[in-house]
Formats: sequence, C-alpha cells, structure tokens
Amino acid sequence: MKNKTFQSLTNPLAKNNPVLVQILGICSALAVTTQLKPALVMGLSVTAVCAFSNLVLSLLRNGIPDRIRIIVQLVVIAALVTIVNDILKAYVYDVSKQLSVYVGLIITNCIIMGRVEAFALSNKPLPSLLDGIGNGLGYGAVLVIIGFFRELLGNGTLLGYQVIPNCLYEAGYVNNGLMLFPPAALIIVGIIIWVHRSTNKDLQEK
Amino acid sequence: MELLKLFIQSTFIDNMVFSFFFGMCSYIAVSKSVKTANGLGLAVTFVMLMTVPLNYLLENYVLKAGALSWISPELASVDLSFLSFILFIAVIAAFVQLLEMVVEKFSPSLYNSLGIFLPLIAVNCAIMGGALFMQQRNFATVGEAAVFGFGSGFGWWIAILVMAAIRERLAYSNVPKGLRGPGLAFIITGLLGMAFMIFSGFQM
Repeated sequence: MKNKTFQSLTNPLAKNNPVLVQILGICSALAVTTQLKPALVMGLSVTAVCAFSNLVLSLLRNGIPDRIRIIVQLVVIAALVTIVNDILKAYVYDVSKQLSVYVGLIITNCIIMGRVEAFALSNKPLPSLLDGIGNGLGYGAVLVIIGFFRELLGNGTLLGYQVIPNCLYEAGYVNNGLMLFPPAALIIVGIIIWVHRSTNKDLQEK
Repeated sequence: MELLKLFIQSTFIDNMVFSFFFGMCSYIAVSKSVKTANGLGLAVTFVMLMTVPLNYLLENYVLKAGALSWISPELASVDLSFLSFILFIAVIAAFVQLLEMVVEKFSPSLYNSLGIFLPLIAVNCAIMGGALFMQQRNFATVGEAAVFGFGSGFGWWIAILVMAAIRERLAYSNVPKGLRGPGLAFIITGLLGMAFMIFSGFQM
C-alpha cells in the first residue's frame, strides 16, 4: 500500500508523463516557454492547482451527484486558479504580465480536469494529493526542458543571464530567432516525444 | 469593413492553433479522421460564436469596474473582475450543456456523430481563451466580439481540417517507430505554423 501511494507521485514524472504520454495540457506548455522563468512559474502554479483540486474534489467525491460533476469540478478549479492568479499578481507581477491569459487557462488545462476525473473521484485524499503533485511536476519538468532550449537557442540566455560567451558571437554565431516563434515549440515537443518513446518502447504505436 | 478586417485577423493572422496553441489537446487527439475533425470544428465554431458575445455582455454589464452603474449610480465603485474566471467558465459549461440537450432533442443524427466531442468542448481552451482575449482587447461593440468569436472558431476549424487531411495521408507512409502518432503530429503542426507565419506580414 505504502509503495502504491508513493508510485502515484513518481509515475507521472517520466513513465506516464501527462504531456508526453497522455498528451494533456499542451496549450500552455507551448505558449509560456519562450523563456525559462515563466516556464518555472507556470509549472509551479499548475502543480499547486492540480494538487489542491485533486485533494478538494477527492474529499467531496461522495457528495457530488454524477450529472453535475463537471460544473462542480470547474467551479472548484476556477476558484483555485483565481487565488493563484492573485498571488502571482501580488508577488511576481512581471511574470504574471508575461503569462497573461495563460494563467486563466489553467482552468481549462486538461491535466487538471483529466486527473480529477481519472484519479481523484475514485481515490482517497492522500493518494490524490500525491497524484496531483506528481502530475504537476511532470508537466513542469517538460516545460522546463522546452523553456531551456528555447531561451538558450533563441536568446543565448538562461533565466535572463547570458550563457553563450561573447567571443562566439564575434566568431559569427547568431541566435536562432525562429526559436522564439510558436512553431519551434511544437517541433521541440515532437522531438522530446520521439526521444521519450525511443527509450520507452512499450509506448510506441504499431 | 472594420468587421471584415477583424474576421481575417482573427482567422488567419492570430490563428488560435498556430499562434496561441489554443485547443491543442483536442486538436491532436481528434485529428485522426477528416469526418470527426469536421464535426468538432463546426461545434467549436458555433460555441465560440455564441459564448464570446455572451461573455462580452457579462464583462461589460456585470464584471468590469463600474459596470454595474446601469442598475444604480451607487454601484459604480463595485469591481467584480476577480470573479471573471469563474463566471466565464460557468457560462461556457452551461452553454455546452444546453447545446448538448438541444442537439440531442432536435437532431439525433448530428448528436450521434458529435457524441463524445460535445462535452469535451467545455474544456477546449480555445473557447476559454477566446473569452479571455475578448476581455483583454476591449472590443467596442458586441458585434465585434461576435465577429472575433466566429473568426477564431473558424480559424480553429480550418486548422483541424487541414491537419486531419494530412494525417489521413500519413497513415500510408513509413514513419520511424518512436515518432508515430503524437510526435509526428506535433512536428507537422510546427511546419503548418511556419506556413501560417506568412500571414503575420499582412498589412491590413
């Protein structure tokens, strides 16, 4: 039992990653990753919302009538996202401006709805909380990988600090501007999925 | 003329899928056959055409700072904008539920062909995204909001249709094992996105 509870935390990190395997929550994963910092903030916000929505709805699971459960879920999630949005505005205003509508879009991030539907409504609060944290972190990990490559190749910086030395620029190295545009994010995700599936052969489609 | 510009802008230049990644989850999941993609695109376009103006009215007559002053001048200082996420999503979820019931009652054949996709629309981020962009852009009239909603939905429809057509052809090609399915779908979307980037040079 102990082991199983622990697995609900670690499984979504790689083997059953929400972005790479379940193909959930793509929209925000791509949009906020032009730089590393918003990607980190977004990963943490989604982890918080996912963990608490799983916890709250798992506690409520026996009292929600089946027919109206989607509205109940959305209201709980929307309330949590409103809180996160206000916290971000209060403490990291510049990042909150950068994330713009994508904070609000955490509500419709399918990872959160998906985990509530698939896990929290049929499991006890503690495993649900861990499952939420695990999925949030799995999502955050992918965001950080994408953000890392896009900021490094697109701007030559990481978290705002210059990483690529000036002598390289003098030798003729140029930042790849395409990395900052939307299509590059899609292609990076495609390649990450390719690498991930090549190492986990059982996920491959015939 | 202004409205036509707005339509073209929201359909092609600010395409929901290729420049904002809205509705990616169902875009990747449902684009395996042209027929279902077409049904979902139609449903999304319709829901956006209806919910964006509805949320526009809500935003301007209930939520915005001072928006309640049409009830009585004393309410001019009330600012309910912190409620906007909850109300927008409630409108969308309620509308989708309503649409589902109406379609089921009046056109069972359409209902069967859309079936599972209808409830999915409630969590399609394109629709919530449309509402949030509407809030950011401060449209002047409800007509503009409606055109924006329709244009964005239409752009999404085109995108998923093109994608489904490409994926139907791809079923016959020899793709590296690890890349089959979603991996390749992402890369194709990226390439389509590059093609759509030419529209951003459009002078209107």
